[in-house]
Amino acid sequence: MADTVKNAARTLDQPQPWAELGLKEDEYLRIRDILGRRPTAAELAMYSVMWSEHCSYKSSKVHLRKFGELTQETPVGKMLAGIGENAGVIDVGQGYAVTFKVESHNHPSYVEPYQGAATGVGGIVRDILAMGARPVAVLDPLRFGPLDAPDTARVLPGVVAGVGGYGNCLGLPNVGGEVVFDPSYAGNPLVNALCVGVLRHEDLHLAKATGAGNLVILYGAATGGDGIGGVSVLASETFDAASDGSASGLGGPAKRPSVQVGDPFMEKLLIECTLEIFAARIVSGIQDLGGAGLSCATSELASAGDGGMHVNLDQVPLRDSTLSPEEILMSESQERMMAVVEPEHVEQFLRICAKWDVLATVIGEVTDGDRLTIDWHGETVVDVPPRTVAHDGPVYQRPYARPARQDRIQADGVDVLPRPVGGEELAATVLRLVASPNLCDKSWVTDQYDRYVRGNSVLAQPEDAGMLRIDPDTGLGVAVSTDGNGRFAYLDPYAGAQLSLAEAYRNVAVSGAQPVAITDCLNFGSPEDPDVMWQFSETVEGLVGGCRELGIPVTGGNVSFYNQTGETAILPTPVVGVLGVIDDVSHRTSVGFRRAGEEVFLLGDTRDELAGSVWADVVHAHLGGRPPVLDLDHERRLAELLVRGAGRGLFSSAHDLADGGLIQALVEASLRHGVGVRVDLGVADPFVALFSESTGRVVVSLPADRVPELIELAEAARVPVRRLGVTGDDVLEVEGQFTLPLSEIRAAWQAPIPAAMAAAGH
Amino acid sequence: MARVVVDVMPKPEILDPQGKAVTGALDRLGFSGLTVRQGKRFEVEVDGEVTAARLAEIRDAAEKLLANTVIETFDVRLDQA
Repeated sequence: MADTVKNAARTLDQPQPWAELGLKEDEYLRIRDILGRRPTAAELAMYSVMWSEHCSYKSSKVHLRKFGELTQETPVGKMLAGIGENAGVIDVGQGYAVTFKVESHNHPSYVEPYQGAATGVGGIVRDILAMGARPVAVLDPLRFGPLDAPDTARVLPGVVAGVGGYGNCLGLPNVGGEVVFDPSYAGNPLVNALCVGVLRHEDLHLAKATGAGNLVILYGAATGGDGIGGVSVLASETFDAASDGSASGLGGPAKRPSVQVGDPFMEKLLIECTLEIFAARIVSGIQDLGGAGLSCATSELASAGDGGMHVNLDQVPLRDSTLSPEEILMSESQERMMAVVEPEHVEQFLRICAKWDVLATVIGEVTDGDRLTIDWHGETVVDVPPRTVAHDGPVYQRPYARPARQDRIQADGVDVLPRPVGGEELAATVLRLVASPNLCDKSWVTDQYDRYVRGNSVLAQPEDAGMLRIDPDTGLGVAVSTDGNGRFAYLDPYAGAQLSLAEAYRNVAVSGAQPVAITDCLNFGSPEDPDVMWQFSETVEGLVGGCRELGIPVTGGNVSFYNQTGETAILPTPVVGVLGVIDDVSHRTSVGFRRAGEEVFLLGDTRDELAGSVWADVVHAHLGGRPPVLDLDHERRLAELLVRGAGRGLFSSAHDLADGGLIQALVEASLRHGVGVRVDLGVADPFVALFSESTGRVVVSLPADRVPELIELAEAARVPVRRLGVTGDDVLEVEGQFTLPLSEIRAAWQAPIPAAMAAAGH
Repeated sequence: MARVVVDVMPKPEILDPQGKAVTGALDRLGFSGLTVRQGKRFEVEVDGEVTAARLAEIRDAAEKLLANTVIETFDVRLDQA
């Protein structure tokens, strides 16, 4: 017997399991206040998931609002949809728009690596689809504990197989991302997923339920008992590794798993079916079902629309007939969508779904009123103002304060650390660093992903950015890169966020595309910790300041809190995804040296900046000091130079300098096509020149006869330029210091991940 | 030599895409009204006598390796046949 609204009004004092559902007492009292009575079990379920940290952004909202102060235009056009929609959409010209967004699926991927990562891909793909776009590519920024940690051997292969399995089955190329190792991610891996979609301007769809009498259709997979309470219990609380993540307090028949199992072939049908429905122009509002399932879709659609909504829960197709109404509302079963359709189009809608073998059911309608009502077995179990569920949730001004340790961390610089001296020690350091987990070859991971399916991937990992052709006739394309440096962010969260932004921005520019907009996934520890909240606040300020200076908007993204093991938070990890536009992908630049005898130049200045560097980490296990100094105006001018140069076909290669500094960039550029390089560092300190991680730098190669053009462009852009040497042979030579055969570097660079996985039996 | 059977099944509330695919294929072949959930069966040949302690050991092995207990259940029994 379900708990009806009538029953709730009669039994005001009945105790309710609000605490078990993750609500705080004042939140529960506020729900009672809104409704003027106690909530029914179903209402309590809806509020608890929608007011969870994951869905309501209650701790981050006051900070994220600052993104709204930024420009709502990109350097190439308007933002057609922004923060608050399923994903941001930007105009990229020629009538095309591109939507992209990054999200986290961290805790589910720890509990069940394969399915957690797989459903993370599925979720972001549906977000992109819901905007009216065809998903065209994914990128996965991943972070794990130490490569040799036993739990990494459990989590990493599962996550990678899950990302690959789901994306490959969908036929989506995976064109980039990151693989980063740090002890702070042991017990709390970060599995972020970014998806890019393409649409024509007129195909843009929004998540709102308008027009009384229009029908609400649930389509896709049937609803089961999986993933109940995922957002409120799994994603929004300090994570207990020992728990199996079950939601409790519902009095359900069994402990429910909070992880979901994905079915990529169902999702593929859902994509094609939805695109055909869009093409038929028979949808007035659409929303994907992700975290918080039906609770989220019904309340958000109704809240964003112009009326109310009535749903009959008995119509929801179930996999398990024993589910209670509150379980149906909270289920996070995958591969489901909800559409609002005018009555005269319903038949056609259902016909298209039937063609694709997609289950579709009318479960309700848009109403005149301003309430969301839900019936179960002929009685009303939910009667709420939808805005109070979806958009007017709690907002917290969490206390934050610069931690006392921050001064100590910044004072603990790298000047005291012994540095390698002489050619032999430098060469040994090079070989050691290229074989360190964060600099070594990631092919073991990326080879499990299909990069080229759909035939439009013109650049993919290990390039600095992934690039996709959008229009086969004009060559119009987009480039995407994601970056995040938790070590720099730990030293200075404001600067760290900007450094991540600048790196992703530069990576896009290196490919020849004009960076135009960002999405971000902000991965942090517990917001109840003022230290963490300070890191978060600084990060948002840093991104806002950085985007303002670069003149690009934040189009959306995601916040993931409670990433910690016990009391220890992860390194603050803002992952920034930058999208760029290129008029003709045939003008792209790639990272590898192409042929012998070409001139190699370094753009940008090198300073003695080794705090937070890979060298400090690998050689000294040290994390202290201040991160590299950033000049965003320089970054912008550097990007202009790179884009203009690429447009003229000036560069044979261009590679961003980041983790590991100049030497790592030279190693990667040389190994790409087996073309070595001989460089002369001049009077500079060779260690600093090779290993410093000063930002705003790029290595380019070009034919000798075009050097004057480069000099001219660099002067015009006021970007420092310096000749490094010449490409050729199968060695990497630093004149007067050392010569290393590429074969020796390659062997060291390729070994670590396969060796670690083999040792763990994979 | 005794044989112990370990049956592993997706938990009832968990989606079973393989079973769903088989169910769909059966229906297309004209076998109507059949709903399938697909698991896997391990046959474990055991040296010596299968004692309660030995069964407990196999149960432990099943939990650690044969089943993913986050999404699957398992059952261990002596094969009498």
